[in-house]
Amino acid sequence: MLESFQLIISLLDSTIRIATPLIFCAMAGIFSERSGIIDIGLEGKMLLSAFVAATATFLTGSPILGLFAAIFASCSASLIHGFACITNKGDQVISGLAINILASGLTITLGIALFSRGGQTPPLTSEQRFMPIEFSFLDQMSIVPFLGDLFVEVIAGHNILVYLSVLAVFFTYYVIFKTRFGLRLRAVGEKPEAVDTAGISVIKMRYQSILIAGMLCGLAGAYLSIAHGAGFGREMSAGKGYIALAAMIFGKWNPIPSLFACLLFGFLEALGVRLEGVELMWIGEVPVQVMQALPYVLTVVLLAGFIGKARAPGAIGVPYSKEG
Amino acid sequence: MSDSNIIPKWLSVGVIPLINLFLAFCVSGLFIFFIGENPFRAISVMIKGAFYYPGAIGYTLYYTTNFIFTGLAVALAFHARLFNIGGEGQAYVGGLGVGLVCLIFDQHFVGFLVTILAILGSVVFGAIWGIIPGYLQAKRGSHIVITTIMFNFIAAALMVYLLVNVIIEPGQMSPETRDFASGVGLAQIHILAKYVGLDMAMSPLNLSFIAALTVSVGFWFLVWRTKFGYEVRSLGHSETAAVYAGIKVSSTIIIVMAISGGLAGLVAINELLGVHNKLLLGFTAGYGFTGIAVALMGRNHPFGIFLASLLFGALYQGGTELDFEFSSITREMVLLIQGLIILFSGALAYMLNPLVERAYLKYYGNYSNA
Repeated sequence: MLESFQLIISLLDSTIRIATPLIFCAMAGIFSERSGIIDIGLEGKMLLSAFVAATATFLTGSPILGLFAAIFASCSASLIHGFACITNKGDQVISGLAINILASGLTITLGIALFSRGGQTPPLTSEQRFMPIEFSFLDQMSIVPFLGDLFVEVIAGHNILVYLSVLAVFFTYYVIFKTRFGLRLRAVGEKPEAVDTAGISVIKMRYQSILIAGMLCGLAGAYLSIAHGAGFGREMSAGKGYIALAAMIFGKWNPIPSLFACLLFGFLEALGVRLEGVELMWIGEVPVQVMQALPYVLTVVLLAGFIGKARAPGAIGVPYSKEG
Repeated sequence: MSDSNIIPKWLSVGVIPLINLFLAFCVSGLFIFFIGENPFRAISVMIKGAFYYPGAIGYTLYYTTNFIFTGLAVALAFHARLFNIGGEGQAYVGGLGVGLVCLIFDQHFVGFLVTILAILGSVVFGAIWGIIPGYLQAKRGSHIVITTIMFNFIAAALMVYLLVNVIIEPGQMSPETRDFASGVGLAQIHILAKYVGLDMAMSPLNLSFIAALTVSVGFWFLVWRTKFGYEVRSLGHSETAAVYAGIKVSSTIIIVMAISGGLAGLVAINELLGVHNKLLLGFTAGYGFTGIAVALMGRNHPFGIFLASLLFGALYQGGTELDFEFSSITREMVLLIQGLIILFSGALAYMLNPLVERAYLKYYGNYSNA
């Protein structure tokens, strides 16, 4: 009993660690797509900002500066996306794809040119990272059975960005559903003509949305390389941007359901790692690849309308022209 | 996406894409300059690597073959206004078709027959991996971009599982099958050349290249000379109009995705039947994604796709040469160039239209008005 409880605790702990970048990116995706801009480029923005965060931190010694550099890099990528598909009315999927491939090539090439370590950045010391926050009063909580463990192991002991990701969900929810800006943002994604008629610039609204998305992706990238990890490695984002995209769709473009989708996908990955080589009763060994494929399979099934119906924003993917 | 109707075709199809490509190369060159290398030296190294050294052209054309297949796959879907990002997964699963056919039959049938069956296997398996997203788009309204992305990841997981656990050659560590029997496979061109007395340098170029050229001609015929091709293009222009014209939209979508997947699956014949002679992990190496760039640059026409494939083949082959000649730039530079080409030739394809329109009207406008 106690052992399985410990197992669940540690599973939940790694779920949160895995889900954090997904949460940031899913929220970024919501901002972008709710305003009508498809964001395939989450992956590339995260990869780019992970590289920039590690590089800037290594050069300056300050993770705070690294974080800002990451946000700056990610927002620059967002602006390229915006320039291509808002200003020049280019195809949003193609533009996102270009950003992903550019980020792959750019991070490896720059990494090799700067550090000559085959694309990696030099390892960062613990002073150069966002380390787990220690709450001294929490140690006393562990006296409380079960609940104390849950608190100390799962909720406490993460770095600041993990907590920030939870805040990001509430921030996204609040901005999109409770502010005038959010109302306009949703309107731009559904019926841009209506917003235009009301005298609000569609172009400006969409640029603002993708810049917020850029900031959130920057946080995700920084988490990978200067908080969770201690330096940048080639292709570090490893498809997480796409999983976040899937989680956003799974959450039907809503912040709170998307948060749970991220946690679910994070849990599946954590479980997959834990189950490797373990014989389960009746089932036998579950291949780790099944767990890896499950988020994608679930998203496909959801999109096909077999479990509920995911409806994308009405004007998604359509560049806005005043002439119509 | 729409072309300008002011400027003539030779400008919009011929000149503007070249300017876009030039811009992509300029930005790449600036980048090389900023990391402290000479961009012109990099270009000359790449050109030598792609065309000059013995066997270089063979390697270039071997890469070209892959890009023709994936480029055509993306282009056919584009003609129906479908964005098939799943070429990578379809090629991968196509490899499973080749592998399974060879492993099951190569001990029982003659090599020639097994090879034919394996080619069919690549097409059928690739097609299946295209049909499912096509069906989901046509009948269930799932967005094809998202489903094909998901199917790339599902394919990757499936292939890792099968190669690590099921069809791996027993008693070895690396995840690959046993070698196919010796009579199975597509002959390499330099070996064929020897039979007719020509002495060619060794390269992985094989009969798949001829297949790719044949398929390109077939593609042209299918899209521009058949009723089906007409239906596909009508659907691409306007779904509403296609419905009124009596075209069965959903079955057209499914067939297009089947053919598209089958074309991508053919990458496996070049890689597995032509070169590796076994099924191995990750043999698709991003060719499916490059196919998108190829289709965009080639404007979805087989001739354009051939030229674009040749360019990317040269970039890939020339890029490997960068590793040997430079300390600070590597073959990943090609990925950067590829990203820039997708950006300029794809996402920003129409950026220059207003500029060119104005320039064109300034020089030719008075003339045509007179």
